[in-house]
Amino acid sequence: MNIDSITNGIVIDHITAGRGMKLYNLLKLDELDSSVAIIKNVNSKKMGKKDIIKVDSEIPVNVDVIGYVDPGITINIIKNGVLTEKKTIGMPEILVNVIKCKNPRCITTVEQEIEHIFKLTDKENKVYRCVYCETKAQ
Amino acid sequence: MRSLIDILDFTVEEIDELIKVAMDIIKNPDDYAEKCKRKKLATLFFEPSTRTRLSFEAAMMELGGNVIGFSAANNSSASKGESVADTAKTISCYADIIAMRHPKEGAPLVASKAASIPVINAGDGGHNHPTQTLADLLTIYREKGSLNNFTIGFCGDLKFGRTVHSLINALSRYTGIRVVLISPKELMLPSYVKTDVLDKKNIPYEETTSLEDAMPKLDILYMTRVQQERFFNEEDYLRLKDSYILEPKKLDNAKKDLCIMHPLPRVNEISVSIDNDPRACYFKQVLNGKYMRMALILKLLEEAK
Repeated sequence: MNIDSITNGIVIDHITAGRGMKLYNLLKLDELDSSVAIIKNVNSKKMGKKDIIKVDSEIPVNVDVIGYVDPGITINIIKNGVLTEKKTIGMPEILVNVIKCKNPRCITTVEQEIEHIFKLTDKENKVYRCVYCETKAQ
Repeated sequence: MRSLIDILDFTVEEIDELIKVAMDIIKNPDDYAEKCKRKKLATLFFEPSTRTRLSFEAAMMELGGNVIGFSAANNSSASKGESVADTAKTISCYADIIAMRHPKEGAPLVASKAASIPVINAGDGGHNHPTQTLADLLTIYREKGSLNNFTIGFCGDLKFGRTVHSLINALSRYTGIRVVLISPKELMLPSYVKTDVLDKKNIPYEETTSLEDAMPKLDILYMTRVQQERFFNEEDYLRLKDSYILEPKKLDNAKKDLCIMHPLPRVNEISVSIDNDPRACYFKQVLNGKYMRMALILKLLEEAK
């Protein structure tokens, strides 16, 4: 894989330095057959250091995961070698099946079929709470 | 479909309307005796409860309706592993409205998403108990004439006490409320309730470990039980269960028109000798709970039409 250019795929840019691997795991990029590059500690004018992930195929990306892990990340969609779309991901209001509730008294811990839903209750402090038991996400 | 899962599901205006209906029920009970004729309330109690279940059942009967249900999880298909959602869907085929108590937090919300009839949260673990809050609000209204401008002290288990959290949430929408939090350090009000509710709404509050020191300031004293079922180990429970016991002597410096409340059941945290004191309002609270549940059932069935 040539990490400098992608013909069809996505570039996840402006990842806070050090969070690239976490995002790689949460987005389950290890399950892809296509080439994936994690570039760590890239010099950045805005951020000082940043991580970048390049995926050499057009895959659907769970933007909620990205917004939860690291709001402010940019996703660049590349088609035929041309940047066709660029979007900055903010904090999602609702998270569905991204994280699990850790409260042993929560109904989601005993009934496996229930979706794990968290709501953003405090944007300033980035607090998400389980909609079922209101426990704060860790 | 409209349900009541959290007290904040209802606006202040809606709660005022429920109080108005409850007051009218008290005044004119005969006018309501057939309001729910041919309607069925299903009481799904996955956890033991005397007061709340019987209050719901009495409320529905006084409205002329019928009651079906179970009073323990081992009497239901939950013991066979049926999900809350499936139970709710099934009961929707038999009844017009559900009152559910469940030991797991959030179970009534799961039921309300699956059911095609209104669901009332009758207590979900240590989380919410909105109909107790409705009973508390009617009691305060009847005893103090208003839901504004008073100092309320919460005493005992403020950490796990769901009735305390719900009532603080409900009162945060009124004006002139001052709060005194009286508890041992281990059972203090969780910080998120303080930051998300009291601080956010600029409600003045103080924390103390002394019931005696707080007493003269209070217009309302809300006592709670240290509940064994909320503890993971018995040792902690035994150490803290007798932390705050209200005895006649402790009322020496209390206001003459103090209103003493308790969600009940009590163990020993209020001495029986206080029961005949005119300031004891906890059995009135029980009765008020029935009236508010009647008003609530009427409202939800009306909206479900």
